[in-house]
Amino acid sequence: MAAITEALDLGQLDRSLAQRVSPGRWEKILSCIQCGTCSASCPAAHAMDISPRQMWRMVQLGMTEEVLRSKSIWLCSLCYTCHVRCPRGIPLTETIVRLKELAMERGIVSSPQSEAFYRAFAEVMRRYGRLREVEFMARYFLASNPLAALGFARLGLTMLARGKIRPELPRLGGEGRLDRLFARVAELEEKR
Amino acid sequence: MRYIFYPGCSQEGTALEYRDSTLAVLQALGADVQELEGWTCCGASVASVMSELLGFVLPARNLALAEKQANGRDLLTVCSACYTNFRRTFATLAANRQLHQKVNQALELEGLAYQGTLTARHILDVLANDFGPEAIRARVKKPLEGLTVAPYYGCQTVRPYSPFDDGQRPTSMLPLLEALGVKAHRHSREASCCGTSLLMTKPEVGLTMVGSVLEACEGADCIVTVCPMCHMNLDAYQDKVSRLLGRKVQIPVLYLPQLIGLALGLPEEKLGLRRHITPVKF
Repeated sequence: MAAITEALDLGQLDRSLAQRVSPGRWEKILSCIQCGTCSASCPAAHAMDISPRQMWRMVQLGMTEEVLRSKSIWLCSLCYTCHVRCPRGIPLTETIVRLKELAMERGIVSSPQSEAFYRAFAEVMRRYGRLREVEFMARYFLASNPLAALGFARLGLTMLARGKIRPELPRLGGEGRLDRLFARVAELEEKR
Repeated sequence: MRYIFYPGCSQEGTALEYRDSTLAVLQALGADVQELEGWTCCGASVASVMSELLGFVLPARNLALAEKQANGRDLLTVCSACYTNFRRTFATLAANRQLHQKVNQALELEGLAYQGTLTARHILDVLANDFGPEAIRARVKKPLEGLTVAPYYGCQTVRPYSPFDDGQRPTSMLPLLEALGVKAHRHSREASCCGTSLLMTKPEVGLTMVGSVLEACEGADCIVTVCPMCHMNLDAYQDKVSRLLGRKVQIPVLYLPQLIGLALGLPEEKLGLRRHITPVKF
């Protein structure tokens, strides 16, 4: 990873990852000047294994595996602070979403909780068209770590008592509300 | 003022009181509000991780429905994530004809097409700019004098697609708070992130983010927010934050329409203050 802290050697540039995760805007990513405003602005940077600044250099170098396997991309909460502050105007936040998509596609998600979260949410959306919060939580905890649900048990009971949530059972069988639309999107999307 | 209302999923469940109080306040202000028929989830932060195209198709589906039903009405959202998805879709498709066509190829399946003529507006924008502090002040029956309120905007209410306030140092709540007779507790985390889904997937990181917001708001009688995700995180995790910080942190969190409703003298059952996890006591 020595190259990350050194000046960029143009011979090392590998545009493939930038082009893949920032279609139409990849040149912007190559214009990153490593100023570190993104790292300094990120509320989750303290917990990351690769800082946002390092990550953009690695994207410039085409270090696909390393970036996709990092914990960092799963710590982005879409707050868009780096996006509005980047002096080069790089759409950083939305590029991280594309990195997440690519990691899911290649089956190399370093955070099983995040993968379970996205898959459970998407499944409930597809079935009902709207999020059913309790069913989503149940699916999420079952797929990630059923024991972790205990940490939320007290909060869940309080929410039931306050009428914030209602018990929900999955409706089984039949076509999901958005099955056809999801299928059509998959058909149209040219998966690279 | 006429609006077509997109409630968003949380407003049918954990944030029902946000929807109820919003509708009650808009009614008191004389707005004409119709719910969008046949709406579905905007995709939240999830659809575009599953597929870039899906992340545009789901918001566009609702925008297309709204174009058919709007008849001159603005599309009103109360959730900042829905708001961002709608505005992101509007802006991105306006600049990318190919993508726009692809989105409509998918929507064809439901007999819909998004023309790109309509985008969404946020309840904070509507309250601050369509009605404004003077119209609200004129209807105040119970001024909330003596109350100190910490405004909290969160992220996506003000950035990056939001045109009505500064993306990093927002101020649009201040005149409204002044009109209600309350004092604003200004702090350093007004537009910081609440942690969103990290509270579930990476709780140790999420809790430090919520904790930093709650700490900045200490000294106020309550926090006021305009997003169901921010509300959930600030309201529901105060016990866990207290354990993390080694001292008790307890501060009620209200939705802006609830606070306005209190000052307007609207009945408690329309405001749903008892549904919060942290008891609302001033």
